[in-house]
Amino acid sequence: MMNWEIRVLMTVLFVVLAPFLGGLLDGIDRVITARMQGRKGPGILQPFYDLFKLMNKQLLAVNRIQILMLLSYLVFVILTGMLFFGGFDLLLCFFSLSTAAMFVILASTSTHSPYNSIGSERELMQMMAYEPAVLLTAVGFYLSTGTFKVYEIFNTSVPAIVKAPGFFIGFIFILTIKFRKSPFDISTSHHAHQEIVKGVTTEMAGLDYAMYNLAEWYENIFLYGVVGLFFACSNPWSMLWAFIAIVCVAFLMTLIDNVSARVRWELMLKLTWAITLLSAGVNLLILEFVR
Amino acid sequence: MKNIHKSPWLLHYDGSSCNGCDIEVLACTTPVYDIERFGIVNTGNPMHADIFLITGGINSQNEEVVKQIYSQMPDPKVVIAVGTCACTGGIFKECYNIKGGVDTTIPVDIYVPGCAARPESIIDGVVKGIALFQKKHEDMKKVGKVSNTMN
Repeated sequence: MMNWEIRVLMTVLFVVLAPFLGGLLDGIDRVITARMQGRKGPGILQPFYDLFKLMNKQLLAVNRIQILMLLSYLVFVILTGMLFFGGFDLLLCFFSLSTAAMFVILASTSTHSPYNSIGSERELMQMMAYEPAVLLTAVGFYLSTGTFKVYEIFNTSVPAIVKAPGFFIGFIFILTIKFRKSPFDISTSHHAHQEIVKGVTTEMAGLDYAMYNLAEWYENIFLYGVVGLFFACSNPWSMLWAFIAIVCVAFLMTLIDNVSARVRWELMLKLTWAITLLSAGVNLLILEFVR
Repeated sequence: MKNIHKSPWLLHYDGSSCNGCDIEVLACTTPVYDIERFGIVNTGNPMHADIFLITGGINSQNEEVVKQIYSQMPDPKVVIAVGTCACTGGIFKECYNIKGGVDTTIPVDIYVPGCAARPESIIDGVVKGIALFQKKHEDMKKVGKVSNTMN
């Protein structure tokens, strides 16, 4: 079903469409958030206005290396998505994503701002919290489908969620960290929320911040792609389930963001590792024994 | 994309005041007035801000702070002085430590009078500021000094 023409097409579609989809999702998120708080809120296209505004602002950069690092972040995030939608190895995607995350930290630490320093420390804590779950997700896909290759996962007869629901729960739990939403938005957070001024993004102005936002939209689409992959299989109707799952997860993220307060990093680490070990770990043991 | 007026991010600083205007500014972000419908984000970071909204006058201690924040904001930027104290120094004007209104330290574009300034008049001032923000952007483009300056 998934031959190389489709893989190339998917890769191109990702590179072209992901910014629009990512921005749109962000806009919808802001509207839903406003409605949950009893406000009118901005229009759905607001994130795009923000992006173009940032591009038109003066570029106040503390040093040149920051721009390079942010560009690397953008490039690696796009590469991650291309590898994923091109149907390559899932492990490769996750390691590429970790590399991209490292570039954000490097961009942040290069500025020597106190807020950035605290933000970078917290970003490292966040990585420590979510990396086990991310790696276990790849393991979960392997155990349930017998392969790490994304296009082969697509071609299995049974979707991964049937055998790996625990891994799915673990992955959903760490998504709040990746999307920078409450309760785990301790290194920097989206929209109007403030924490240690703006954490790792404090010293990014104008085009710098625009690049960062664009990279985040690409990253979000990739992560929603992984959510969809749990439900995808060779049956064309599974794509509908994948779509419904992505919509549900997106709504859940907005809901969690609005009903929870920011937690300290100790609690974040304990919670994420506990949920990861409990859900994904138990799932892993069951799969090992049943086989 | 020519229009940048749809995304004015706002930075709020409270100088030497009774905090009355301060509370009214925060009231603008609540569901009743909801300034986010104009695309306004109440940011805490000067590097991300477009509109600098100051309540309260300038004293010898916050003078440097206000200058610092103003210098950290990338162009184009708009400064709005909210409340009588920010406009002229208000009832604190004669105090030994007060320099006066915000315009004694940094250039002010829009003055919003009132003690305390009502949320309606604050929003009115901010909307005027948004129009000016767009105009400054167009002027910058004409001169051709858009972005790419490094400190």
